[in-house]
Formats: sequence, structure tokens, C-alpha cells
Amino acid sequence: MPAAEPVGLPATAISAPDEAASDLQGAALAAPAPAAVAQPAVAAWLRLLRSEMRLMLSRRRNQAGLGVLAAIPIVMAIAVKIADPSNQHQGESFLASIVGNGFFVALAALVVEIGLFLPLAIAMLSGDAVAGEAQIGTLRGLLVVPVPRTRLLATKYVALVLGSFLGVLVVAVAGLVAGGALFGLHPVATLSGTTLALPVALWRLLLVVLYVTAFLAALSALGLFVSTLTEQPLGATVAVALISTTMWILDSIPQLGWLHPWLLVDKQVALADMLRDPIYWPTMRLGLLTDLAYVVVFLLAAWARFADKDVSG
Amino acid sequence: MTPALATAGLTKRFGAQTAVDGIDLDVPAGAVYGFLGPNGSGKTTTIRMALGLIRPTAGTVTLLGRPMPGDLGEVLPRVGALVEGPAFHPYLSGRANLERLDAADRFADPRTARRRIDAALDRVGLLHAAAKRYRAYSLGMRQRLGIAAALLMPREMLVLDEPTNGLDPQGTREVRQLIASLGAEGVTILVSSHLLSEVEQICTHLGVMRTGTLVAQGRADELRASRQATVRLATPDVAAAAGVMERMGLSDVATADQSVTAVLGDVASEDVVAALVGAGVAVRELVVNRARLEDLFIELTGEGFDAGR
Ligand SMILES: Nc1ncnc2c1ncn2[C@@H]1O[C@H](COP(=O)(O)OP(=O)(O)OP(=O)(O)O)[C@@H](O)[C@H]1O
Ligand SMILES: [Mg+2]
Repeated sequence: MPAAEPVGLPATAISAPDEAASDLQGAALAAPAPAAVAQPAVAAWLRLLRSEMRLMLSRRRNQAGLGVLAAIPIVMAIAVKIADPSNQHQGESFLASIVGNGFFVALAALVVEIGLFLPLAIAMLSGDAVAGEAQIGTLRGLLVVPVPRTRLLATKYVALVLGSFLGVLVVAVAGLVAGGALFGLHPVATLSGTTLALPVALWRLLLVVLYVTAFLAALSALGLFVSTLTEQPLGATVAVALISTTMWILDSIPQLGWLHPWLLVDKQVALADMLRDPIYWPTMRLGLLTDLAYVVVFLLAAWARFADKDVSG
Repeated sequence: MTPALATAGLTKRFGAQTAVDGIDLDVPAGAVYGFLGPNGSGKTTTIRMALGLIRPTAGTVTLLGRPMPGDLGEVLPRVGALVEGPAFHPYLSGRANLERLDAADRFADPRTARRRIDAALDRVGLLHAAAKRYRAYSLGMRQRLGIAAALLMPREMLVLDEPTNGLDPQGTREVRQLIASLGAEGVTILVSSHLLSEVEQICTHLGVMRTGTLVAQGRADELRASRQATVRLATPDVAAAAGVMERMGLSDVATADQSVTAVLGDVASEDVVAALVGAGVAVRELVVNRARLEDLFIELTGEGFDAGR
């Protein structure tokens, strides 16, 4: 909007208005609207996304949540460190490998947090996304700006995915730092018996982070849909957390084997396949396909629900 | 001239309840339109439909000449709105909240954001509290921030739902002045209120809602004139004065000690004075009482707390 700046002027009785400014302002507002100029589409959308991320990250509760995510690997590393060495159980698990290599703190922490902490974080964020804004009424403010509903939903979703990535990354990095500090970082022994140089292993860890992010992105789509159903963010959060936890429970019951392929969580532990040499993809490929199916289905559902929902909060 | 906002048969039902019942709103371009009605009469519901927040059960909305919600994307950038009171993120400052809304606007130039936000805050007298968290704002400050949000961009129309809600008398006066000055600049303004006295002085047009229906609408002066004006004359010549008035066609002429009252009807008050003087009646004082709009309002909407459903 060039040339059409309302010039500041308090309309209060207290401060005497300045005549010149007043005229200018009149011109600006009365103007038979200088045909509104839309900003470049991509830049405008990025600006909205940035604002969305800032909103997410400036919230104390979310900062505390990130802190909790980061604390888990630290606690795990310390616990292993102070545990009686003779008591270390041997085995395939990442936890058992920590003593020999701090690198495994990151992996062990991801495996632990994928079951509850990370899904809980997504549940909270997706509760805020639509239901939260509906509850405090800011949703109607955005819609009358206007932000087209599809665009708003898309922005909310991308923000959730970025938030997911950040959460997983924080766990991995905190794991590396804590593990490195207490046990040192060394070349990594793969599950196939070979050894990966540390830089290669770090790339593998990044792939693990992305794989877990894909899982959370699918959960975010589900969360976004739930968030459009209610004006109670807490309700949406609890629902998403329950759904996720229930899926983990169902997945652990062997008698329900027929159901497992349909569960979002079923292929997630396959992230360990990233530490084979070469990487063993088949299970993870199925996992990614499941993620994709959940994303498509629930984004469509969210859109169908939100596109002409009455916003009367 | 095309109206800024026109609705036809606009209806909204919530389950069994009809919150808005077939109203034909007509807000002319350039008007300051007072949208009145008691609590629960359907003002906010109407405004929500006009802005595309909720779908009408029946009827159409034309905003700035374009159908809503079909052309929402083209129309709403030209409209600033405050719906159902202010709503902001409690843990962000006033300025950060406005920044967020500005960032959401495809038509807002980020390079001028700071200037426009400051101007809007300044205009509602909130610049000094811009850095304060919204949760620490008083009710009046929140209301002001809501108005500032509507002023972030130059607008052709403003829709302000109860903008004076929760403001102290001084704040109410300031908002009234702000609306009046915006109106004088040519911005069409729809301002809702359940208090006629709050908006009466600044409105060129009025619409009155009662339990979902629009019971009166039109130019404020015409609505005022539609009321029977009465005249009260103070005179020692009561009988003679009453005779003159009856002959001129005034109705309901009533005499009392030293005074006569009558309903003026179509007769001009200056003609009455001339006739009285011509007939030698001593005119001590003549008061024309155009019924206050307040009475009309109460008459239309019913008194007391019977409006809620
Ligand atoms: N989402 C909703 N679901 C059910 N009923 C609703 C909903 N929104 C509004 N109503 C009902 O519609 C009627 C009109 O409400 P509305 O908010 O439009 O009134 P209003 O004129 O704005 O009142 P006020 O002056 O109190 O703001 C009320 O009876 C209200 O209960
Ligand atoms: Mg209302």
C-alpha cells in the first residue's frame, strides 16, 4: 500500500490534534481506496508462517515443553552414568550401548520419547492451532483480516510440522551433547556388525530425526482435524494424546496383529533400521506410506470440516 | 448509489431458535449506521454473517457491492472489523498482537507495518501501553486495541460491534469522537450498541433489532420526525390559545393552569406562533417537544429485560 498510510493522530480529547496531520489522515482514509495492492504471494505467506512460528515459540508453555523434551536424554545419560557398571544389562538395546558411546543417548532418547512425550507435544500444539484460537476468539480476527480458511489451515499445518521437526531435533541434539559429555562420541557400531565413522553416523541420526518428524507430521494432521472439531483446546489435546497412546497400546497386543498395519505407530520403532549397514528400508518405507496416508486423510477431513464451519466463538 | 452493506431475507437459525429472522439491512455508502437492539436481539449474529464468519440459513449479503461470502477475499481487505468484543493472545503485547494480524494480511506491506501499527495504536490512545502484555490490559484498553486492529489499513468500511462496551465515560466519548471523525472522512461505519444514547449523536442512520427482526430502519432524522412532536405553550390566555390551536388542526389540545399542550402533527411550529400572536394571545414560552429517539427505541424494543431468549 504505497501512499496510503494513515498518519498517527490520537483522536482523544486530551491531546490537541495537529491540523496538518489531521488533513493527511483524512485523505488517507477517505480515499476511494487506492486499489489495494496484494503483496507477492510467497512473501506474504512466509510472513504469516513466521508470525505463526513466533506465536508458537514465544509461548512459555511451549518453551517449557521443549525443555522437558531436552531433559529426557540428559536424565537418561546421567542415570546410566551413575548406575552400577556391573549392573549394566547387556543386549541389543540402544540404552545398553550408551556406556560405550554417547551417540546412543540420542537414539535411546528418541525411542523413549516417541511413545509419549513427542506425541504429547504435538497434542498440545495442535490443540492450540485451531481450537485454541477459536476459544480466545482470535480465530475470527484472523478470518476477517481476511485469511482465507484454506490458507490458514495450511499455515497452521506447516507450523505444526516445523514444530515437530524442532522438537525431535532438540531431543537428538540434547542426546548428543549429554552423551558426548558423559561418554564421548565414537564411531558407531551398526546392528549389522560394521562400524560407521562418526560423521556418517551423524547423517544417519539426521535421517532418524526426519523419519520421526514424518510420524509426528502424520499425527499433526490428525491433531489439526481434531482441533477443528471443538473450541476446547484442552479437549483436543487430550483426545490426540489418547488416540496416540491407544495406538501404542493396541500395537503392543500381538493378538491384534491384523490391526497393526493400520496403526500410525506400528512402523515407528523401525527407525533402528537406519543403523543397519546398509540402511534397511522396507519397513520404514511402509512406515512413511502410512504417515502419508494419515496426512492426506486427516488434512482433507480438517479442510472439509473447517471450510464452512461457523466461527461463533 | 450502491449500499455499502445490504442483506436480503437474511436468516440464521441455531437449532430451533431463529436468531436472525429475514432481515433486509440497508447501510448506504458513507453512512454512520447505528445498529441497535437489546442483548440477544441478533446484532452480532447478523454481523458475523455479513463478514462471512457464519453461514446464513437463508438470504443473501452484499458487502461493498460484492456477494458474501463468495467474494470474501476481495471484499474484506477493504473492511475493518471488531466482532463481539476484542480477542487477542493474552501473553503477547498489544503491539505483537497487531503485528500478528498485520502479518496475516496479504495486502499489508511489511515495510510500513511498524508505522501503521503505531498510527493505529496512537489513534486509539494506546501507544503508551503498546509493549504491555494483553492480559494486563484493562477492559477499556482491550476494547481500544480491538478498534486499533480495525484501523491497521485504510478502510472503506468499518464494522464495530459494541466498541464502547466496558469503556468509561471519557473513553466512550473518545470512541464516539473517533467514529465521528472517521465518518467525516467518508468511511462507512456500522456500529452496534444496545444503548441508543451512546451512538445517537453520531449516527446518520439507524436500524433497530428486536428478537431477530429489524423493527425500524432509516435516516436518523426521519426516524426522529416520524415521532409525533408535541407543543407546550405557556400563556395566561389559555382558552383563546386552545381555540387557535384547534382551528389550526392541532390534535389532543389540553389546557391546564397557564399552559396549553397539543400534538403538532404536520403543522409548523412557527405558523402556530404567528397565528397565536395574530389572535392576540400572549405567548410567554413555546416549546416543541420532538420525542427523543430513546422513547422510540424503548417503544420498539420493549422495556426492561424481556429481550433475552
Ligand atoms: N453459536 C450459537 N449457537 C446457538 N445460539 C446462538 C449462537 N450465537 C448466538 N446465538 C443466539 O442468537 C441470539 C442472538 O445473539 P447475538 O449474539 O446475535 O445477540 P446480540 O444482539 O449481539 O446481543 P448482545 O447485545 O448481547 O451482544 C441469542 O439468543 C443467542 O443466544
Ligand atoms: Mg453482540
